[in-house]
Amino acid sequence: MKESPLSRCLAGGVFLATCLLAPLTQADTLEVRFGYLQWQPDRGPALARLTPEPEDAGLQGAQLAINDNLSTGRFLGQHYQLESAILGSEDALLEALAAMLDADIELIVLNVPTTTLRKASEIGGERALLFNAGARDVSLRLDECSPYLLHTVPSHAMLTDALAQWLNVRRWRSVFLISGTTDDDRAWAEAFRRSAQKFALNVVTDKEWTFEADMRRNASAELPLFTQGPDYDVVVVADERNDFGDFVPFNTWLPRPVVGTQGMSPDAWHPAIEAWGAAQLQNRFAKQAERPMTGTDYAAWAAVRAVGEAVTRTESADMEILRDYLLGDDFELAAFKGRPLSFRDWNGQLRQPVPLAHPNSLVAMAPFEGFLHQHTELDTLGYDRPESRCRLRD
Amino acid sequence: MKLPIRLAAAVLMFGLSSSLWAQSLAYVSNERDHTISVIDMATLEVVDTFPVGQRPRGILLSPDESLLYVCASDDDAVQVVDLATRRVIDTLPSGEDPEQFALHPNGRHLYIANEDDALVTVLDVETKRVLAQIEVGIEPEGMGVSHDGRWAVNTSETSNMLHWINTETFEIEKNIVIGSRPRHVEFTRDDALLWASAEIGGTVHIIDVESLEEIHTIDFRIPGVNQDRVQPVGIQLTSDGRYAFVALGPANHIAVVDAQTFEVLDYLLVGARVWQVALSPDEKTLLTTNGVSGDVSVIDVDKLEVIKTIDVGRFPWGVKITSGSRS
Repeated sequence: MKESPLSRCLAGGVFLATCLLAPLTQADTLEVRFGYLQWQPDRGPALARLTPEPEDAGLQGAQLAINDNLSTGRFLGQHYQLESAILGSEDALLEALAAMLDADIELIVLNVPTTTLRKASEIGGERALLFNAGARDVSLRLDECSPYLLHTVPSHAMLTDALAQWLNVRRWRSVFLISGTTDDDRAWAEAFRRSAQKFALNVVTDKEWTFEADMRRNASAELPLFTQGPDYDVVVVADERNDFGDFVPFNTWLPRPVVGTQGMSPDAWHPAIEAWGAAQLQNRFAKQAERPMTGTDYAAWAAVRAVGEAVTRTESADMEILRDYLLGDDFELAAFKGRPLSFRDWNGQLRQPVPLAHPNSLVAMAPFEGFLHQHTELDTLGYDRPESRCRLRD
Repeated sequence: MKLPIRLAAAVLMFGLSSSLWAQSLAYVSNERDHTISVIDMATLEVVDTFPVGQRPRGILLSPDESLLYVCASDDDAVQVVDLATRRVIDTLPSGEDPEQFALHPNGRHLYIANEDDALVTVLDVETKRVLAQIEVGIEPEGMGVSHDGRWAVNTSETSNMLHWINTETFEIEKNIVIGSRPRHVEFTRDDALLWASAEIGGTVHIIDVESLEEIHTIDFRIPGVNQDRVQPVGIQLTSDGRYAFVALGPANHIAVVDAQTFEVLDYLLVGARVWQVALSPDEKTLLTTNGVSGDVSVIDVDKLEVIKTIDVGRFPWGVKITSGSRS
């Protein structure tokens, strides 16, 4: 069996460096250089964190996509490189970004909080095409848009719309909503309230979780009382860093399923997805990263693959040409979700099906049949054109 | 008494020998049941189901129709089934995760797509030796060999490419990018054209084999069916160059295409998520595997009508039909 340096390198799963090939003999090799930058602030003490988000979530996804692009690119005279860094502070990240821009890297994937992304977008200006693989804030899709910022991670609105559609389909329409008190929690809960209205759900009780006590021993004492009230079909939890959310299932006053940020959750991806050829992607990722693929990995993967697809179709590595193609009508990305993905040309959001999964299995994939749309059912999730004030192309 | 015994023996022998006579059978791989369903083409009923390896997908008949080759993907093997006994008699080293394969007209060289490894493995089925492993794009699946044996073409699903492999040197001579997620390729009987399906692209691409250039793209539009659901996979061409049949996945239809003008003549409704299609050797019948509904649709080619649906196992994938000239 022939074992080339490429297959050995790809099998090895190199972390920060890239799999550089032996120099290609073609004179007209297209060089495409990517940057990946990550900074996520410490989420604070997590009482119930048994399975924390991996530290290299996002980076491994970008790495897999570079390898995918390289495997494709070597038949077509394309070469891809990834420079990456995980930083420890916002300042360090912005410095690293400036350095990448100075080094003429024009395609950069960012896994950072919303506030950092805004600053990055300002620094980047028109010098680079930025891909948001981490920030789910809706403000970035509603009125704070930049023609040089594309989003591959779904927004809060897309996630909660997916959940609300499913609750509507199941007819579990009365909701007991519990929201944490962090900004992220409140943003998620606010998105859900909007989704509830959009999909005709009834939030019968809307409470904030204000306990600061350690729930590890008290959950079964506190939660049943906390969840008493008028009848409801389902409990929806908005607890982004998992302070209390995992204690809710089986401790509610009424026997009710728990969904939201815990229980059954909407996300960009889930390791249990295996239809639509996804088993192959999961296998390749697990081989490389030695862990399952997360939603953040998927968002970073999709960004790098989208560019790879654009390079193949346009036969160009020019950032402006690629940007134009990505926002155009012809672009489509086969991304293992059963239908082609594309970018919304009003706010640069990658439209995509959203899986609903609990820790060990996939329950369903939104959008669901019956929710109609004049252009594509994928736009029933998130902010549609008339609802967003953004207009990247007109 | 001797006479009744001889009579009984004669009747028995007659019965046995008539079962050795022409019986056209269809074999269907059931991906999730790990079995093969056997359909009698005369009665259009399932007459047997026999176990094979894990996750059987692509299947192929040997030229003399005495053997069935089965890609047992999760077993990382190509199994050889003796069709007289319906038992797995041998296992070939196929490389990891074989999905589809094609047999060279020389009857010996088996070209296998190893989906997880971005490889095509070329196997000599007689010596059971790997002759070559060719690096291709990501997630190779479709495999087709021209009738004259000159070309082997492989599709890479995620690299969106057709790789043209020289069957003498086992080297790739050309790579053609087509629509998103190419699945299946078929050569016309005269090897003048290659048909290739792009599942997520929703298109079928026609390649001129002489020039290795794409000459046409076929789009499919079914009234009332969301365009995202139109996902072409399997293709079968009649040898007279009249029709091409294309399975359209979750659109739940077969497209009937005029193979000369490339115009879509009709859409036939079959089961849920139709993936592969097979023509009977007399080309009067077309069978389709409907993955999600777990059944096979039978199409009368003359009338272009679906005449029957046959329940098989879970997630039927591949289908091949014998001529019945031998058992």
